Amino acid sequence: MPENFVSDRLARRQVRHTKERAIESILFLAAFVSVATTVGIVVILLKESFVFFQQVSLWDFLTDTQWTPLFADAHYGIVPLLSGTLVSTAVALLVAIPLGTIIAVYLSEFAPFTVREVAKPFLEMLGGVPTIVYGYFALLFVTPLLQMLYPGLPGFNLLSAGLVMGIMIIPYVSSVSEDAMRAVPMALREGSYAMGATRFQTAIRVVTPAAFSGIAAAYILGISRAVGETMILAVAAGMQPRLTWNPLEPAATITAYIVQVALGDLPHGSIGYQTIFAAGLTLALVTLLFNVLGHILRKRYRQAY
Amino acid sequence: MGDAAKVREIRALIAAHKRWDLAFAMLGLLALMVGVLTFVALFGQMIIEGAPRLSWDFFTHFPSRKPDQAGILSAWVGSTLVMIVTAATAVPLGVGAGVYLEEYAPRNWMTDLIEINVTNLAGVPSIVYGLLALGLFVYQFGLGQSILTAGLTLGLLILPVVIVATREAIRGIPAAIREGAYALGASKWQTTSDHILPYSMAGIMTGVIIGMARAIGETAPVITIGALTFIAFLPAAPFTGDPPAGLFDWIMSPFTVMPIQMFNWTSRPEAAFHQNAAAAGLVLVVMTLSMNALAIYIRYRLRKNIKW
Repeated sequence: MPENFVSDRLARRQVRHTKERAIESILFLAAFVSVATTVGIVVILLKESFVFFQQVSLWDFLTDTQWTPLFADAHYGIVPLLSGTLVSTAVALLVAIPLGTIIAVYLSEFAPFTVREVAKPFLEMLGGVPTIVYGYFALLFVTPLLQMLYPGLPGFNLLSAGLVMGIMIIPYVSSVSEDAMRAVPMALREGSYAMGATRFQTAIRVVTPAAFSGIAAAYILGISRAVGETMILAVAAGMQPRLTWNPLEPAATITAYIVQVALGDLPHGSIGYQTIFAAGLTLALVTLLFNVLGHILRKRYRQAY
Repeated sequence: MGDAAKVREIRALIAAHKRWDLAFAMLGLLALMVGVLTFVALFGQMIIEGAPRLSWDFFTHFPSRKPDQAGILSAWVGSTLVMIVTAATAVPLGVGAGVYLEEYAPRNWMTDLIEINVTNLAGVPSIVYGLLALGLFVYQFGLGQSILTAGLTLGLLILPVVIVATREAIRGIPAAIREGAYALGASKWQTTSDHILPYSMAGIMTGVIIGMARAIGETAPVITIGALTFIAFLPAAPFTGDPPAGLFDWIMSPFTVMPIQMFNWTSRPEAAFHQNAAAAGLVLVVMTLSMNALAIYIRYRLRKNIKW
């Protein structure tokens, strides 16, 4: 009897041990999906772009000033798409960085508790509005409004898309900056107040410099958001690739081009199909650069205190 | 200079500095107002344009060439079905990954790699997920432009949101709870499934709802996989039709979703279609905002109620 009892217990323990290991493996596989996704993105983008770059030289891709892959006279220069992306991003940042920073400083250093309790969820909601709705708003509300001020403005333009995109990324900029400012130790503020500084002086000369790398990370995240934004631009900025640095003109961005191609009927394996992967690779590299930069900056401010 | 004059001078200086304080507080409120005004304008414009179109018929009609007869039936049914697949993908994978990283993962290079990956994926533009899906799901796996492809894509897209929410919820549980369970002889999985998961459920739910709200409004990745914009039929319901559809046949059906329908109507030149776009946008915004509001409410309740 006692012998049986022991071996019984051992057997059950064995079963339990196996079950535990199996569950751990399953959970590991779930976590590993994120790595597999990244690998998948890299492999797919590189594979399809590789076919593209066998037909188009990298030099042409980077220096040609026309992007007309679907025309008879095909040109494959990424610069016109990059110019659209950069101009719209610049307009968006001109809106989002000042407003986002002011809101962050205000919420972190000035706002009474109740204002913050209302403002933060509200900003979160502003960031939760689908981008297609912002696109609609840019095309059918902001553009007509701007046309009243400046009658020559075309129906599609980078300005109104950029402005609306700027409003859209305010919450990203303000919430990350505010987190950085709130991570600044109270003692620094108290020291400043003890020296007779006002709230404004403390905010500008003590808190902001101390949180600088976090604020910079917020800006960089904002940039990467703007570069990757698609629907606002596809709807409101037009889909004609053209080399321009003027925000009053229509122009396609990298993302809008991908949408335009996906809307049409391009056969799998054609050069037109491959162009969107080459464009996507460019986009992924640009955003990766900014994300890594932002990550490094954010790590630094976390370690500071 | 007398003492009184000095005091006056200092008082004036203090007053001047305080004015700066006030000026900046005003500026802060003004900046917030820009956000509020945009929101009011966006919502107001869509209500003025779209509200007259909102009727029972709008929800029960297919899209049409005639703007006054067009509706969002195929779009909202498509969105619902895609969301089911998205949730079925993102919830088990995201919660599983979050539990693994918090409770099981050893401190080694593999864990670091996974953590860096999750952070990085959160910053990848959504259209890149669309390209992944186009290359991998549509052509490599041959899943076609189906509800399954869209659901998987959006599931991967919101995975980082669910993982981060799960981890944060689990991190809030004190170690004493685990030690108590272990002291009673519970195994790691028993501790996790009987204590850790139930106690972190509200936090996980918040993350899942926010992720789903994001997925339902995503347009770019779904367009990239080549989803059609004009769908005037519904996927066959299980056990209907001839021959009868199986339980999961709808999963391979072509589809459209709310944001694509709205994009389609927005990009048409006729003003009548813009009204439809406004009405569809209104439905979409109300849906995403109420999901976000629900998540914020759950989090608020959570913060108030939890006392370990």
